[in-house]
Amino acid sequence: MDNLSALMEGFATVAQPMYLLYALFGVFIGTAVGVLPGIGPAMTIALLLPLTYSLDATAAIIVFAGIYYGGMYGGSTTSILLNTPGESASIVTALEGHKMARLGRGAAALATAAIGSFVAGTIATVLLTLVAPVMAKWAVQLGEPDYFALMIVAFITVGALLGKSVSRGMVALALGLFLGLMGTDTLTGQQRFTFGVPNLADGLSVVIVAVGLFAVGEALYVASRLRHGPVHVIPVEKGWRSWMKPEDWRRSWKPWLRGTAIGFPVGTIPAGGADVATFLSYATERKLAGKHKDQFGKGAIEGVAGPESANNAAASGVLVPLLTLGLPTTATAAIIIVAFQSYGIQPGPMLFQTQSSLVWALIASLYVGNLMLIVLNLPLVGMWVKVLQIPRHYLYAGILLFGALGSYALNFSPIDVLILLVIGVVGFFMRRYGYPVAPMVVGMILGPMAEDRLRRSLTISQGDLSYLVTSPFAATAYVSILVIVGLGLWLKSREKRANAELSRLGEEIREESQSQEVN
Amino acid sequence: MTVVLAYAPGDLGTATARSAGRSAALLGSKVVIVNATRADRLVDPRWADEAELAHVIEILDEAQVGHEVRHLKSGALPADVVLEVAEEVAAELIVVGLRRRTPVGKLVLGSTPQQILLRANCPVLAVKA
Repeated sequence: MDNLSALMEGFATVAQPMYLLYALFGVFIGTAVGVLPGIGPAMTIALLLPLTYSLDATAAIIVFAGIYYGGMYGGSTTSILLNTPGESASIVTALEGHKMARLGRGAAALATAAIGSFVAGTIATVLLTLVAPVMAKWAVQLGEPDYFALMIVAFITVGALLGKSVSRGMVALALGLFLGLMGTDTLTGQQRFTFGVPNLADGLSVVIVAVGLFAVGEALYVASRLRHGPVHVIPVEKGWRSWMKPEDWRRSWKPWLRGTAIGFPVGTIPAGGADVATFLSYATERKLAGKHKDQFGKGAIEGVAGPESANNAAASGVLVPLLTLGLPTTATAAIIIVAFQSYGIQPGPMLFQTQSSLVWALIASLYVGNLMLIVLNLPLVGMWVKVLQIPRHYLYAGILLFGALGSYALNFSPIDVLILLVIGVVGFFMRRYGYPVAPMVVGMILGPMAEDRLRRSLTISQGDLSYLVTSPFAATAYVSILVIVGLGLWLKSREKRANAELSRLGEEIREESQSQEVN
Repeated sequence: MTVVLAYAPGDLGTATARSAGRSAALLGSKVVIVNATRADRLVDPRWADEAELAHVIEILDEAQVGHEVRHLKSGALPADVVLEVAEEVAAELIVVGLRRRTPVGKLVLGSTPQQILLRANCPVLAVKA
């Protein structure tokens, strides 16, 4: 088992005190941004990218993995205690979790979410450890047209499924592909879409686009909205004895495992990432609830345990196509690809051979990060809730400053800051009119890679287009687009139904809080 | 003539409410409860909810004084809000709570009661928890 020994070597790397500190830093920041609504792991990694250039690749990747995982844990806290999901994958948790908190069972809800996340995260990381090397070995045999087919699959599924509407997702994707084409053509040296501006000759930096869309656009969006009054935090009883009663353990362990079983495969296919998995898990738990069925909608612990584990399992699942094929299926995964690229590492099937120590250190850091997160999360809930007391103007001013500083530091050129602001304004309008920004970033990252594959395939086949579809794998991939998109849209429609239910519940709560504010 | 109570939830808030009730009973006037937030953050522990305001009203009812609630969302600093309300209702007394503050805290952070003490045009009753 050389994989096992490689994993052990990864653990040896991660166990160095310096890397442990980096992992701690990552999960800490990750949890904080997971708790804060509107700020997600994708934005955070994009902001930190330029600042981590001075770190070695392993340290940076460990920090980013920690942020990625921490964000998944943090979101549940705000969902449960405030009914304000910190990120999209925790929306379902609010359904039952907030009801539980209002019944005075907030501690149990937080505990089942955290322990479930730990169980699911660990099992899913084991699955990742087992599946990824096998898949990488298989992926090495794929040819150029097969890769091109895979990228088309990624484009279409991400474009169609990451947003609320298919057409808007496709528009965002097309915009991203266009931005990816800007710059000097690598084969012929021609300038493309540079409009004669010399600064654009090297193309747009993905980091600037990502920071502009995720950070600047989001900050402008938040600033443009009406101020919402403060929300009340439901106090949680202190002491670990109140976390989980034997009854809660008995009712939670099956949803944890089921959530993992649902989350991991959904994460691996490009079908919209973790949020789809949480909705599926919630629907399953509801169906299988048996005698507790009437508790659903009134604070059933299964409705917290299942989706929260599904969300973390999916987070690990997303890493499978990322590490073995270089395909990002979520916004955060796309940013992690950018992080790899900024260190000159191309994620793909060769990653397990050329960067073996880095990859295994990353996987080992996931085990360690999971352990840190459960220790950090449960006893420190009070502190995470305090993060929410930071006034918005400080928070977003800080984000804008970080973003501008980072994009300036890329090339020490003020033009980059200008481009950042322009993209930020574009991001704001996309957000305002319901265009998802994630397909745009994915398009920009994968676009040049896909172009490369396409041109190489056509060179091999001497311009024969049928070469692109004649390999069995490529043909299967094109057919699977139909299946994945169909399946994804079906899942989305179920999600919408659940969403309608959620907004109804949210409406009730909002009405109550409004009646509170009147007098 | 009225007594203005600058209220923030917590034990200190309860103590100030009691003092405000007693003072208003002595002066034979009513109490205006002021609770304000700048609404610039998601969670503001100084923003009273329904139950907490009901608790204050209960205390004032026990002291048998009339009351009026000003539950405000305003971009202004809480001290300014309190002073504005005091001006408007021609307060004869403002009741505030004083918290223990560390030397570093005093250096870094402002203080609502301090602002009210220094700038009020009427006597201020400072209550310690």
